[in-house]
Amino acid sequence: MWLYEKKLQYPVRVYNRDLRMAKFLMAQYGGPDSELSAAVRYLTQRYTMPTNKAKGLLTDIGTEELAHWEIIGTMIYRLLQGATPEQLRREGLGSYFALHDQAVYPADANGVPWTAAYIQATGDPVADLHENLAAEQKARATYERLIRLTDDPGVKDTLRFLREREVVHFQRFGEALNDVQEEMARKKIF
Amino acid sequence: MDPKQAQMLREIQALEFVAVELTLYLDTHPGEQEPLNDYNTVAERLNQLKAHYERTYGPLAAYGSSPVEHRWRWIEEPWPWEVQY
Repeated sequence: MWLYEKKLQYPVRVYNRDLRMAKFLMAQYGGPDSELSAAVRYLTQRYTMPTNKAKGLLTDIGTEELAHWEIIGTMIYRLLQGATPEQLRREGLGSYFALHDQAVYPADANGVPWTAAYIQATGDPVADLHENLAAEQKARATYERLIRLTDDPGVKDTLRFLREREVVHFQRFGEALNDVQEEMARKKIF
Repeated sequence: MDPKQAQMLREIQALEFVAVELTLYLDTHPGEQEPLNDYNTVAERLNQLKAHYERTYGPLAAYGSSPVEHRWRWIEEPWPWEVQY
Protein backbone atom coordinates (compact mmCIF):
# COMPACT_ATOMS: atom_id res chain seq x y z
CA MET A 1 0.00 0.00 0.00
CA TRP A 2 1.00 3.64 -0.01
CA LEU A 3 1.46 6.01 2.88
CA TYR A 4 0.46 9.60 2.09
CA GLU A 5 2.53 12.37 3.66
CA LYS A 6 0.75 15.67 4.20
CA LYS A 7 3.49 17.78 2.64
CA LEU A 8 4.98 18.48 -0.77
CA GLN A 9 8.32 16.90 -1.64
CA TYR A 10 9.62 20.37 -2.59
CA PRO A 11 8.07 23.78 -1.82
CA VAL A 12 5.89 25.55 -4.38
CA ARG A 13 6.21 29.32 -4.31
CA VAL A 14 3.95 31.15 -6.75
CA TYR A 15 4.35 34.93 -6.57
CA ASN A 16 1.90 35.99 -9.29
CA ARG A 17 -1.17 34.52 -10.93
CA ASP A 18 -0.20 33.44 -14.44
CA LEU A 19 -3.00 31.71 -16.32
CA ARG A 20 -1.02 30.96 -19.44
CA MET A 21 1.76 29.35 -17.41
CA ALA A 22 -0.85 27.21 -15.64
CA LYS A 23 -1.94 25.99 -19.07
CA PHE A 24 1.65 25.28 -20.19
CA LEU A 25 2.32 23.30 -17.00
CA MET A 26 -0.50 20.91 -17.94
CA ALA A 27 2.16 19.37 -20.24
CA GLN A 28 3.77 17.82 -17.14
CA TYR A 29 0.48 17.16 -15.33
CA GLY A 30 -1.52 15.26 -17.97
CA GLY A 31 0.65 15.15 -21.10
CA PRO A 32 2.40 12.16 -22.73
CA ASP A 33 5.65 12.58 -20.77
CA SER A 34 3.94 13.98 -17.66
CA GLU A 35 4.57 13.01 -14.05
CA LEU A 36 1.29 11.08 -14.16
CA SER A 37 2.49 9.03 -17.14
CA ALA A 38 5.78 8.40 -15.37
CA ALA A 39 4.14 7.19 -12.15
CA VAL A 40 1.65 4.88 -13.90
CA ARG A 41 4.33 3.61 -16.32
CA TYR A 42 6.81 2.59 -13.60
CA LEU A 43 4.27 1.27 -11.12
CA THR A 44 2.77 -0.85 -13.92
CA GLN A 45 6.03 -2.19 -15.35
CA ARG A 46 7.48 -3.30 -12.01
CA TYR A 47 5.42 -6.52 -11.77
CA THR A 48 7.34 -8.20 -14.57
CA MET A 49 10.86 -6.99 -13.77
CA PRO A 50 13.33 -9.89 -13.39
CA THR A 51 15.70 -8.41 -10.77
CA ASN A 52 15.14 -7.08 -7.27
CA LYS A 53 17.08 -3.92 -8.13
CA ALA A 54 14.64 -3.14 -10.95
CA LYS A 55 11.56 -4.02 -8.87
CA GLY A 56 12.75 -1.77 -6.06
CA LEU A 57 13.79 1.09 -8.32
CA LEU A 58 10.52 1.13 -10.29
CA THR A 59 8.53 1.08 -7.03
CA ASP A 60 10.53 3.94 -5.54
CA ILE A 61 10.82 6.15 -8.62
CA GLY A 62 7.12 5.52 -9.40
CA THR A 63 6.30 6.70 -5.89
CA GLU A 64 8.50 9.81 -6.24
CA GLU A 65 6.73 10.62 -9.53
CA LEU A 66 3.40 10.73 -7.67
CA ALA A 67 4.95 13.36 -5.38
CA HIS A 68 6.06 15.31 -8.48
CA TRP A 69 2.54 15.04 -9.92
CA GLU A 70 1.27 16.65 -6.71
CA ILE A 71 3.85 19.46 -7.03
CA ILE A 72 2.75 20.25 -10.62
CA GLY A 73 -0.92 20.05 -9.62
CA THR A 74 -0.24 22.47 -6.76
CA MET A 75 1.51 24.92 -9.11
CA ILE A 76 -1.42 24.83 -11.56
CA TYR A 77 -3.96 25.24 -8.73
CA ARG A 78 -2.09 28.26 -7.35
CA LEU A 79 -1.45 29.90 -10.72
CA LEU A 80 -5.19 29.71 -11.48
CA GLN A 81 -6.38 30.76 -8.04
CA GLY A 82 -8.87 33.66 -8.02
CA ALA A 83 -9.10 34.06 -11.80
CA THR A 84 -12.41 35.26 -13.23
CA PRO A 85 -14.05 33.53 -16.22
CA GLU A 86 -13.28 36.66 -18.26
CA GLN A 87 -9.55 36.49 -17.40
CA LEU A 88 -9.45 32.75 -18.15
CA ARG A 89 -11.11 33.39 -21.50
CA ARG A 90 -8.67 36.18 -22.38
CA GLU A 91 -5.63 34.00 -21.57
CA GLY A 92 -6.75 31.03 -23.67
CA LEU A 93 -8.39 29.00 -20.89
CA GLY A 94 -12.04 29.67 -21.81
CA SER A 95 -12.60 26.14 -23.09
CA TYR A 96 -10.80 24.70 -20.05
CA PHE A 97 -13.12 26.73 -17.78
CA ALA A 98 -16.17 25.47 -19.69
CA LEU A 99 -15.18 21.86 -19.06
CA HIS A 100 -13.43 21.98 -15.67
CA ASP A 101 -13.89 25.43 -14.04
CA GLN A 102 -10.74 25.66 -11.87
CA ALA A 103 -10.42 21.94 -11.17
CA VAL A 104 -6.96 20.48 -11.86
CA TYR A 105 -7.85 17.97 -14.57
CA PRO A 106 -5.23 15.64 -16.11
CA ALA A 107 -5.09 16.96 -19.66
CA ASP A 108 -2.09 18.24 -21.63
CA ALA A 109 -1.34 21.89 -22.49
CA ASN A 110 -3.62 21.60 -25.53
CA GLY A 111 -6.51 20.23 -23.46
CA VAL A 112 -6.13 16.61 -24.64
CA PRO A 113 -7.11 14.31 -21.73
CA TRP A 114 -4.52 11.95 -20.28
CA THR A 115 -4.66 8.39 -21.62
CA ALA A 116 -2.91 5.12 -20.81
CA ALA A 117 -2.01 4.99 -24.51
CA TYR A 118 0.90 7.32 -23.57
CA ILE A 119 2.67 4.51 -21.75
CA GLN A 120 3.80 0.98 -22.46
CA ALA A 121 4.38 -2.13 -20.39
CA THR A 122 5.68 -4.81 -22.75
CA GLY A 123 6.66 -7.48 -20.23
CA ASP A 124 10.15 -7.26 -21.76
CA PRO A 125 12.37 -5.62 -19.13
CA VAL A 126 14.97 -4.37 -21.64
CA ALA A 127 12.30 -2.72 -23.79
CA ASP A 128 10.51 -1.25 -20.76
CA LEU A 129 13.68 0.20 -19.21
CA HIS A 130 14.65 1.75 -22.55
CA GLU A 131 11.21 3.36 -22.68
CA ASN A 132 11.84 4.78 -19.21
CA LEU A 133 15.24 6.20 -20.20
CA ALA A 134 13.56 7.97 -23.14
CA ALA A 135 10.67 9.16 -20.96
CA GLU A 136 13.07 10.78 -18.47
CA GLN A 137 14.87 12.61 -21.27
CA LYS A 138 11.58 13.80 -22.82
CA ALA A 139 10.43 15.08 -19.43
CA ARG A 140 13.80 16.84 -18.90
CA ALA A 141 13.45 18.56 -22.28
CA THR A 142 9.86 19.60 -21.43
CA TYR A 143 11.03 21.12 -18.12
CA GLU A 144 13.73 23.08 -19.93
CA ARG A 145 11.11 24.55 -22.26
CA LEU A 146 8.75 25.32 -19.35
CA ILE A 147 11.57 27.13 -17.48
CA ARG A 148 11.99 29.36 -20.54
CA LEU A 149 8.24 30.17 -20.54
CA THR A 150 8.16 31.90 -17.13
CA ASP A 151 9.86 34.80 -15.35
CA ASP A 152 8.50 33.86 -11.92
CA PRO A 153 11.55 32.97 -9.75
CA GLY A 154 9.45 30.69 -7.51
CA VAL A 155 8.05 28.71 -10.44
CA LYS A 156 11.49 28.50 -12.08
CA ASP A 157 13.04 27.19 -8.84
CA THR A 158 10.53 24.35 -8.47
CA LEU A 159 10.80 23.45 -12.18
CA ARG A 160 14.61 23.30 -11.87
CA PHE A 161 14.27 20.85 -8.99
CA LEU A 162 11.94 18.65 -11.06
CA ARG A 163 14.26 18.83 -14.09
CA GLU A 164 17.17 17.66 -11.94
CA ARG A 165 15.17 14.66 -10.73
CA GLU A 166 14.67 13.50 -14.33
CA VAL A 167 18.45 13.45 -14.76
CA VAL A 168 18.92 11.37 -11.59
CA HIS A 169 16.17 8.94 -12.56
CA PHE A 170 17.76 8.51 -16.00
CA GLN A 171 21.06 7.60 -14.31
CA ARG A 172 19.42 5.04 -11.99
CA PHE A 173 17.40 3.45 -14.83
CA GLY A 174 20.63 3.05 -16.79
CA GLU A 175 22.15 1.16 -13.85
CA ALA A 176 19.06 -1.03 -13.52
CA LEU A 177 19.20 -1.79 -17.25
CA ASN A 178 22.85 -2.89 -17.00
CA ASP A 179 21.96 -5.12 -14.08
CA VAL A 180 19.04 -6.70 -15.98
CA GLN A 181 21.22 -7.31 -19.03
CA GLU A 182 23.98 -8.89 -16.93
CA GLU A 183 21.42 -11.13 -15.26
CA MET A 184 20.03 -12.22 -18.63
CA ALA A 185 23.54 -12.92 -19.95
CA ARG A 186 24.29 -15.04 -16.85
CA LYS A 187 21.14 -17.09 -17.39
CA LYS A 188 22.10 -17.78 -21.01
CA ILE A 189 25.55 -19.10 -20.01
CA PHE A 190 24.26 -21.64 -17.50
CA MET B 1 1.59 29.00 7.87
CA ASP B 2 3.59 30.60 10.68
CA PRO B 3 7.30 31.06 9.93
CA LYS B 4 8.44 28.57 12.59
CA GLN B 5 6.22 25.83 11.18
CA ALA B 6 7.30 26.63 7.62
CA GLN B 7 10.96 26.51 8.69
CA MET B 8 10.56 23.11 10.32
CA LEU B 9 8.66 21.80 7.29
CA ARG B 10 11.51 22.98 5.06
CA GLU B 11 14.01 21.08 7.24
CA ILE B 12 11.88 17.93 6.98
CA GLN B 13 11.64 18.32 3.20
CA ALA B 14 15.41 18.77 2.93
CA LEU B 15 16.20 15.74 5.09
CA GLU B 16 13.62 13.58 3.38
CA PHE B 17 15.03 14.57 0.01
CA VAL B 18 18.39 13.16 1.09
CA ALA B 19 16.59 9.98 2.19
CA VAL B 20 14.79 9.68 -1.18
CA GLU B 21 18.01 10.22 -3.10
CA LEU B 22 19.86 7.62 -1.00
CA THR B 23 16.96 5.18 -1.41
CA LEU B 24 17.22 5.30 -5.21
CA TYR B 25 21.02 5.06 -5.07
CA LEU B 26 20.91 2.07 -2.72
CA ASP B 27 18.34 0.33 -4.94
CA THR B 28 21.03 -0.03 -7.61
CA HIS B 29 24.05 -0.18 -5.20
CA PRO B 30 22.75 -2.34 -2.34
CA GLY B 31 26.20 -3.59 -1.36
CA GLU B 32 27.77 -0.20 -0.56
CA GLN B 33 28.33 0.60 3.11
CA GLU B 34 28.91 4.37 3.07
CA PRO B 35 25.53 5.37 1.56
CA LEU B 36 23.87 2.89 3.93
CA ASN B 37 25.49 4.65 6.90
CA ASP B 38 24.33 8.01 5.53
CA TYR B 39 20.84 6.60 5.07
CA ASN B 40 20.67 5.48 8.68
CA THR B 41 21.97 8.83 9.97
CA VAL B 42 19.39 10.72 7.92
CA ALA B 43 16.57 8.33 8.86
CA GLU B 44 17.22 8.86 12.57
CA ARG B 45 17.32 12.66 12.29
CA LEU B 46 14.26 12.68 10.04
CA ASN B 47 12.22 10.57 12.47
CA GLN B 48 13.16 12.83 15.39
CA LEU B 49 12.25 15.97 13.47
CA LYS B 50 8.96 14.52 12.20
CA ALA B 51 7.97 13.46 15.73
CA HIS B 52 8.76 16.97 16.99
CA TYR B 53 6.77 18.56 14.13
CA GLU B 54 3.77 16.26 14.65
CA ARG B 55 3.61 16.98 18.40
CA THR B 56 3.39 20.71 17.64
CA TYR B 57 1.51 20.96 14.35
CA GLY B 58 -0.41 17.70 13.92
CA PRO B 59 0.16 14.49 11.94
CA LEU B 60 2.14 14.29 8.70
CA ALA B 61 0.69 10.86 7.93
CA ALA B 62 -2.39 8.87 8.95
CA TYR B 63 -3.17 5.12 8.80
CA GLY B 64 -1.61 4.64 12.22
CA SER B 65 1.87 5.90 11.37
CA SER B 66 2.02 7.97 14.57
CA PRO B 67 -0.29 8.57 17.57
CA VAL B 68 -2.59 11.62 17.50
CA GLU B 69 -3.18 13.34 20.86
CA HIS B 70 -6.32 15.23 22.03
CA ARG B 71 -8.24 15.63 18.77
CA TRP B 72 -8.13 14.45 15.13
CA ARG B 73 -5.89 17.11 13.61
CA TRP B 74 -5.15 15.17 10.42
CA ILE B 75 -7.86 16.98 8.44
CA GLU B 76 -6.90 20.48 9.59
CA GLU B 77 -5.56 23.13 7.20
CA PRO B 78 -3.29 23.74 5.51
CA TRP B 79 -3.25 20.87 3.02
CA PRO B 80 -0.01 20.61 1.01
CA TRP B 81 -1.41 22.55 -1.98
CA GLU B 82 -2.53 25.39 0.33
CA VAL B 83 0.76 26.06 2.15
CA GLN B 84 2.28 29.52 1.65
CA TYR B 85 6.04 29.20 2.11
